[in-house]
Amino acid sequence: MDSFREGANVNHKNADVVVIGGGAAGVAAGAAAAKEGARTVLIERENAPGGVLDQCIHPGFGLHRYKEELTGPEFAHRLIAEIHETDAEILSSHYVLGIDPIKRVVSTVGPDGIVETHAKSVILATGARERPFSALMIPGPRPAGIFAAGLAQKFVNIHGVLPGRRAIVLGSGDIGLIMARRLHLEGVEVVAVVEMKAFPGGLMRNVVQCLEDFGIPLFLRRTVVAIHGEDRLEGVTLADVDEAGRPIRGTEERIDVDTLVVSVGLIPETELISSFVELEPINGGPPVNSRMQTPAPWLFAAGNNVAVFDLVDWVAVAGERAGRFAAQYARGDLTARVPIRLIRGENVLHMVPSSLDRETITTLFLRVPRPLLNVEVVIGGVSCHRQLGARPSEMIEIPISAKLLSGLSQASEARVEVREG
Amino acid sequence: MIQRKLVCVSCPVGCEVTVTLSGDEVESVAGNRCKRGETYARQETVEPMRVLASSARVLGGDRPVVSIKTDSPVPKTLIPEIMDLVRSLSVEAPIEMGQTLATDVLSSGAKLIATRLVSRADSE
Amino acid sequence: MRIAVIGAGVVGALIARELARFEVTSIRLFEREPDVGWGVTKANSAIVHGGFHDRPGSVRSKFCVPGNSMYESLCAELDVPFQRTGAYVLAFDEQETAALETLRTWGNENGVSDLEIHSRKQVLAHEPQVNPQVKAALWSSSVAITEPWELAMAAVETAAGNGVSVHLAEAITGIETRANKVCAVLTETDRYPVDAVVNAAGLFADRIAAMVGLDVPCLYPRRGEYVLLDKKSAGVVNSVLFPAPNEITKGILVLPTIDGGVLLGPTAVDQLPDARGEAETTPEGIREVLEGARRLVPELNCSLAVKAFAGLRPESTQEDFVVGRSPIEGFYQAAAMRSPGLTAAPAISQWLVRDVIAVDLSLRQTGSFRPSRIRTPRMAELSLEERDRHIRKDPRLGRIVCYCNQVTEGEIIDAIHRGATTLDGIKFRTRAGFGRCQGASCSASILRILARELHVEPEEIVQRRSESWILSGKART
Repeated sequence: MDSFREGANVNHKNADVVVIGGGAAGVAAGAAAAKEGARTVLIERENAPGGVLDQCIHPGFGLHRYKEELTGPEFAHRLIAEIHETDAEILSSHYVLGIDPIKRVVSTVGPDGIVETHAKSVILATGARERPFSALMIPGPRPAGIFAAGLAQKFVNIHGVLPGRRAIVLGSGDIGLIMARRLHLEGVEVVAVVEMKAFPGGLMRNVVQCLEDFGIPLFLRRTVVAIHGEDRLEGVTLADVDEAGRPIRGTEERIDVDTLVVSVGLIPETELISSFVELEPINGGPPVNSRMQTPAPWLFAAGNNVAVFDLVDWVAVAGERAGRFAAQYARGDLTARVPIRLIRGENVLHMVPSSLDRETITTLFLRVPRPLLNVEVVIGGVSCHRQLGARPSEMIEIPISAKLLSGLSQASEARVEVREG
Repeated sequence: MIQRKLVCVSCPVGCEVTVTLSGDEVESVAGNRCKRGETYARQETVEPMRVLASSARVLGGDRPVVSIKTDSPVPKTLIPEIMDLVRSLSVEAPIEMGQTLATDVLSSGAKLIATRLVSRADSE
Repeated sequence: MRIAVIGAGVVGALIARELARFEVTSIRLFEREPDVGWGVTKANSAIVHGGFHDRPGSVRSKFCVPGNSMYESLCAELDVPFQRTGAYVLAFDEQETAALETLRTWGNENGVSDLEIHSRKQVLAHEPQVNPQVKAALWSSSVAITEPWELAMAAVETAAGNGVSVHLAEAITGIETRANKVCAVLTETDRYPVDAVVNAAGLFADRIAAMVGLDVPCLYPRRGEYVLLDKKSAGVVNSVLFPAPNEITKGILVLPTIDGGVLLGPTAVDQLPDARGEAETTPEGIREVLEGARRLVPELNCSLAVKAFAGLRPESTQEDFVVGRSPIEGFYQAAAMRSPGLTAAPAISQWLVRDVIAVDLSLRQTGSFRPSRIRTPRMAELSLEERDRHIRKDPRLGRIVCYCNQVTEGEIIDAIHRGATTLDGIKFRTRAGFGRCQGASCSASILRILARELHVEPEEIVQRRSESWILSGKART
């Protein structure tokens, strides 16, 4: 592809801020950038914004942002109403082909042709995708009947069709738990949810309200080790695993099912920037500072493409922050700040942002690797936050206030630790 | 006197709470580390309530089903019957966000409402 | 003259296409699967070999080099992807280095003129990611990669365009002979009188041969397991990398795929003679692939694996192709075509049709054969301006459905018009669903488009064979 040549045919647009992705982060970012006065273009590859929220028909969204518990589509509706109140342009059914990091041009393709949007700053809000079952390389045939949980969710909730009659769910992350309930309520026999780790991956609330409510068993330290069935799935073999995830011989059991729903992790979508921004190995996405700015100063990122978040309310907060600061950058108003690089200490898995600065109020999001009790978050030796307990499925959010920032010493780095008391 | 154990879901700790019942009356709650745990345990033991989310058949719309929910929590025990009601519904497009599709489902006091808007199939 | 070709893999498809040049009453191409190229053709390394791996004097060696030399123009004629990557056979010790010389000698005898022995330094300059412990390597500039199922489909499309009847999902159940001459082929539903039969039935060629009482070829399946890496790995190798071969197999390779991925494999494990169904991957096989691949390229990031898959090849006890006439009059064979079957296919189809069948049956060329086809271009491979022009004529060529591979709705509809009725049919024609998300993002949309274009309910669409149902029904009927 000879990209970014000034083609005679292609449409050219100018914008201050271009937001890539019209999910929760992108819509919040677009609304915030437009409110800050930036000429904003939001690019969405589906035919309307909303992203994955449209298929998340269950409640659990908006408790923090709207003080009400909403379903995904309702949350999306409110966020989209916010952006509609601004003069941000929404370019739907457009797919981003690439970002030219030197010319800062975002090339897209849609049913009306190619568009090249020249931007002063860009916000990446492309979310995360599901790890496919095939990537686990479980040996056996490759029959029909194995669905990524999100795909099963799309089939049931958007298209009104069912993936099968008798199912096992692999992975106890929230998507897997939610789909176990959804399928059960639709008359599918959900035999069990199996989880490789020693604790469930999703919220305890979902374990109770998706599994216990319906008598669906949850098997921990157990996983699928073989697939059966040539054309359509006929069964799976389960086995116990040790801490390293290795199957324990002698614990195998074959279960007859025609459907396998797979929820084995989300991966930040960073294709568009990975050639010019080095990704953070643990988060899986680009490092961002407290203004959601990546090492490329004109490029901001927010949402699941930075690190996999738990609550969409936080994703919207991150999006807004990115929108505000990307607009300021486009105006030339964003002064560089001296960063305080955050270093992961004890019990810190995902961490957003990767650095703070002494002037910017922000929120620090942390994910712990295993369940902990009586946790204390210590930043740069200063105790910043306490809570009764923490689980991997629920991020810890620590407001980074002016007071907290002034309390940090003049060092250029600060260690972040989650201590179990 | 019966004792029932449950996990509180109000926060990430997941306290294992023990509720002691005398008949249908809660005598005591133990194991919770905060007040929310007690409130949760009491309700959950006496009458667990849930918001039910599902989808209803759409007629003449730009999509085959519309996402719906109960507008307030309903007794968990009513869920199977409410699902039968949900399966029997057919809603003509266009559908507005929050549109009432059924009132006082199974005398719970809760309504079934649409959680998204649906346009007519022929509209552009 | 009525001719039946059995097997619409790349060999049978090219043979049927060659036959269509001639004046015959009818040519019928039979395929047991619901679509073209779903047997051996769809699960191999997609390599157009250089001709130095085959012992001189063998049938394989006779057809490999001519086949290779025909590929570029054939692919241009049929609008099939083709890329001349070149190849290295890597040697890590004295014994292997000596083996390179044998390969070079064989190559020369087989008519390959471009083979060179490269030093470690030269190899690492060309392929920086190769194991630095490499001692020397054989370089072949003629080795290439292609898209085998696309070639098979293109050949079938041109064959059909020139009058061949294509019978999909119609397996041959019997062949009638009279006085040692073929006279009819039988399927589950029909009987077709014929004057000649070509056995290009891949993994099942022995069963077809047995229908006329022949015990040649004598086949057994050999499984090869592969691992496909994400396109993010692209660039880790530029050419096809072979280890030094052993008696059984060319070894576990690391090579680029024509659509920008990286392929590792295959293993070579003999199966029980009757195991002819879909091949399965195994824990040992996957491990062997990763170990073998890392031996050649130690820094391979195998966490970027998108999938593991397996294919069966038809090995014969004769350890060579079985091509040409048979003791039964009118019964011709193009069988036991494991590696380099894909490479040899154009040469064999040309020789078998023009120099054998046409001679035996006194066939004349029609003179009105239309050899080429053009497929809808892959939008992802066009320049921005070209794409824009296409979209203004058809907006559906601007609606991306498969996000990983940038496949548009227009291309999917085109694939349906060209014969795709299943999810795999779309996948193999457009590459939609072949990417890193393995269909999680696009399967629902593709099903919807198939249902709409074919005027069926989404629940009626299957993955590949009719038993591979995807949806059990509607949630609200």
